[in-house]
Amino acid sequence: MIRFVFGRLISVILTIWFVATLSFFLIRLAPGNPFANELRGATPEVTEAKKREYHLDLPLREQYWIWLRGVVTGDLGPSMKYRGKTVNEIIRQTFPTSIALGSVAMVFAVVLGMMTGVIAALKKNTPIDYGLMAVAVFGISLPSFILATLGIVVLVFWARLFPLAGWETYSNVLLPGLALSLPFAAKISRLTRVGMIEILGEDFIRTAHAKGLSERQIVIKHALRGAMLPVVSYLGPAFALILTGSLVIEKIFFIPGLGTIFVQAATNRDYNVVLGTVVVFSSLLCFFNFVVDLSYTFLDPRVKPVSGR
Amino acid sequence: MLLDVKNLKTHFPTQTGLVRAVNGIDLQVREGAAVGIVGESGSGKSVLSMTMMGLVPSPPAIISADQVQFEGKDLLKATASEMRQIRGNRLAMIFQDPMTSLNPFLTIGDQLSEPLLIHKNLTSSQAKKRVIELLASVGIPDPVARYRSYPHEFSGGMRQRAMVAMAVACGPALLIADEPTTALDVTIQAQILELMQSIRQNEGTAVILITHDMGVAAGFCDEIYVMYAGRVVERGPTERLFAEPTHPYTKALLSSVPRLDDPPGGRFRTIPGQPPDLTNLPVGCAFSPRCPYVIDTCRKEVPPLTTVPGESVAREKACFVEIRGKEAGQ
Ligand SMILES: Nc1ncnc2c1ncn2[C@@H]1O[C@H](COP(=O)(O)OP(=O)(O)O)[C@@H](O)[C@H]1O
Ligand SMILES: [Mg+2]
Repeated sequence: MIRFVFGRLISVILTIWFVATLSFFLIRLAPGNPFANELRGATPEVTEAKKREYHLDLPLREQYWIWLRGVVTGDLGPSMKYRGKTVNEIIRQTFPTSIALGSVAMVFAVVLGMMTGVIAALKKNTPIDYGLMAVAVFGISLPSFILATLGIVVLVFWARLFPLAGWETYSNVLLPGLALSLPFAAKISRLTRVGMIEILGEDFIRTAHAKGLSERQIVIKHALRGAMLPVVSYLGPAFALILTGSLVIEKIFFIPGLGTIFVQAATNRDYNVVLGTVVVFSSLLCFFNFVVDLSYTFLDPRVKPVSGR
Repeated sequence: MLLDVKNLKTHFPTQTGLVRAVNGIDLQVREGAAVGIVGESGSGKSVLSMTMMGLVPSPPAIISADQVQFEGKDLLKATASEMRQIRGNRLAMIFQDPMTSLNPFLTIGDQLSEPLLIHKNLTSSQAKKRVIELLASVGIPDPVARYRSYPHEFSGGMRQRAMVAMAVACGPALLIADEPTTALDVTIQAQILELMQSIRQNEGTAVILITHDMGVAAGFCDEIYVMYAGRVVERGPTERLFAEPTHPYTKALLSSVPRLDDPPGGRFRTIPGQPPDLTNLPVGCAFSPRCPYVIDTCRKEVPPLTTVPGESVAREKACFVEIRGKEAGQ
C-alpha cells in the first residue's frame, strides 16, 4: 500500500513537472509578450527596464530555472499585468470560486446521473428507460455553453426562477452548476445504467434473491457497488473536464473564478498567471485521479494496489 | 408431504417459438427426504428449481400448475412478500458455480449474516456469532478470521461450503441444490456431498439434489426422478431404479455412465440421436425419436406417468412399453 502511494506520488510529480515545463516553453514561444500593449511607443530603455524587472531579458533557460525554483518553493511569481499582485494571491482569491462551482456541478452530475441510471436499468427496455436515455444522448452531445444559454433564456428570462449572473447568493451557483453538470450527468447516467444492467444479470444477484432479500436491498447493497466502478473511474476525467468547462461557464455567467482570470491572462500573455493556473489545475487533477484510483481499491476488494499487504 | 407439485409448467415465449422448459411436472418430497432429479443438460432441471423458488420472472415466462404446495402453502398463489419470507428461510437453494454465486464486493461474513438478519431478526452481533458457528460447522478452518474474508480469498470448495452454510443458516425445511458439485473437482465433490448429507441427518433438512451425474445421485438420494424434455419420465427408489430401469431413457442414461471396464481412452458412451427441440416437441413421447424400443403408439400419444406393475416399492414411469428383461429391438 505504502509502496503504491509512493510510486503514484512520484509519477504525479513527474506529470506536473512535464506539463508545467511544456507550457512554459510553449507560451514563451507564442507571438506577443505581456507588455505589447502597455509599452506601445515606449523608448527601448523603458521596455528593457520592464523586461529586466521580470527577468525577461535573460536567456530562456535561465528564466526557466528561476521560475521552476519559485514553483518548487511554492512561489508562482508576480503577475505581469496586475501591478503589485502575485500569482499566488490571484489564485487564492479566485480559485475557491471555481472549485465551488465545479464541486456543485460534480455533485449534481453524480446525483442526477446515478439516480437516472439506476432507474433506467431497473426499467430496462420500457418507455421510461428509452426516455431517460434519449435525454442523456441529447445531454452528452450538447456542449455545456449551449445548455447554459438555453438555461438562461428559459429559467431566468421566462420563468424568472434564478438571478441572471454574478456571484453573490447561493442561487447564483445553481444555474451555472446545473448547466455545467448536465453533460456529465448524462454520461454518468449511461455508465450507471450499463453497469447496473450487467451486475443485475450476475449469478450473485440470483443468490441474493434466493436469500429472500427485497429488490431495494438487492439494488442498494448488492448491485450498486459493482455498478459504480465504471462511474468512479470516470470521476477523475470528469472533474478535469468540469474544471475546463467552467472556463466557459464562468465567462457566460460573469463568475469571478480562476477560469475567467485564466482566459484573460492567456489573451494578454500574463505568463506567470497562465503558468500558475496550469500548475494548480494539473496538480489538482493528478491528485484527484490518484484519489479515484485509491478509492477503487477500496470499492473492489479484488483489486489490490501491490502484491501482498 | 413437505413439497407437493402437480402439473407444473414453465414456458418461455421466444422469437423462435414457445420454449416448453418445464412441461407438466409432478414432484413429491417428504420431510427430511433426499430426492434426486437427474437428466441431460437442457432437460429443465434448473428452470424447475428456479420456478419453485419463485425466481423466474413472469412475465415473460408463463407459469402454471395445479398446485405447488410447500408446508401447506401454495407457492404459486403466494404474494411477492410472502415468497420473500419463505425464500432463504424455509426454502433455500445453492447453485452450481460457487465462483460466481457469491458477491465479490462483500465479505463472507456480511453475506452469510443476511438471511439471519432478515428472517430471524437477530442483532448484528448475534448474527455474527451464529455465522462463525455456521462457518465452523461446514468445516471452514479459522472461522473468526474467515468471517472477514472476501470470496476471492476462498478456494472453490470453501466457497461452496460457505454457500451451503448460507443456505442452511435459517434451518430450512427444504434445500434445493442445483448441480452443487459440477464445477468442483472430484475429491471436493465428495466432501460437499458428505457435508450436505450430514446436515440432512443432523437437522432433518430435506434435500433435492439436481445433477446430470447418475453416480452422484446414486450415492446421495433415496428416491430419483428422471427428467426428459421438461417432464418426469420415471421415478422410483434409487436402488430399484438403478437395478432395473423401466424407462428406455433411464436405461440409456445408466449405460452412458463410464465404467471401470470400459476400454481405456475410449469415448464416453452417449445416447444416440439429438436432444429434443423444446420449441418443437415431437407428437407423442418426446423421447420416441431416440428410443430403441419405440412402438407406433409412442408417436401418437404422450405416455402418462403411471404406477409400474409388479413392484414391491412405489415406482412410476411414463412409457407404453415394458422394457424390463428386454433388450432393445426385441
Ligand atoms: N429465460 C429463458 N428463456 C428461454 N429459454 C430458457 C430460459 N431459461 C431456460 N431456458 C431453456 O430451458 C431449457 C431448460 O434449461 P435448464 O433448466 O437450464 O436445463 P438443465 O438445468 O436441465 O440443464 C433450455 O433449453 C434452456 O435453453
Ligand atoms: Mg441446470
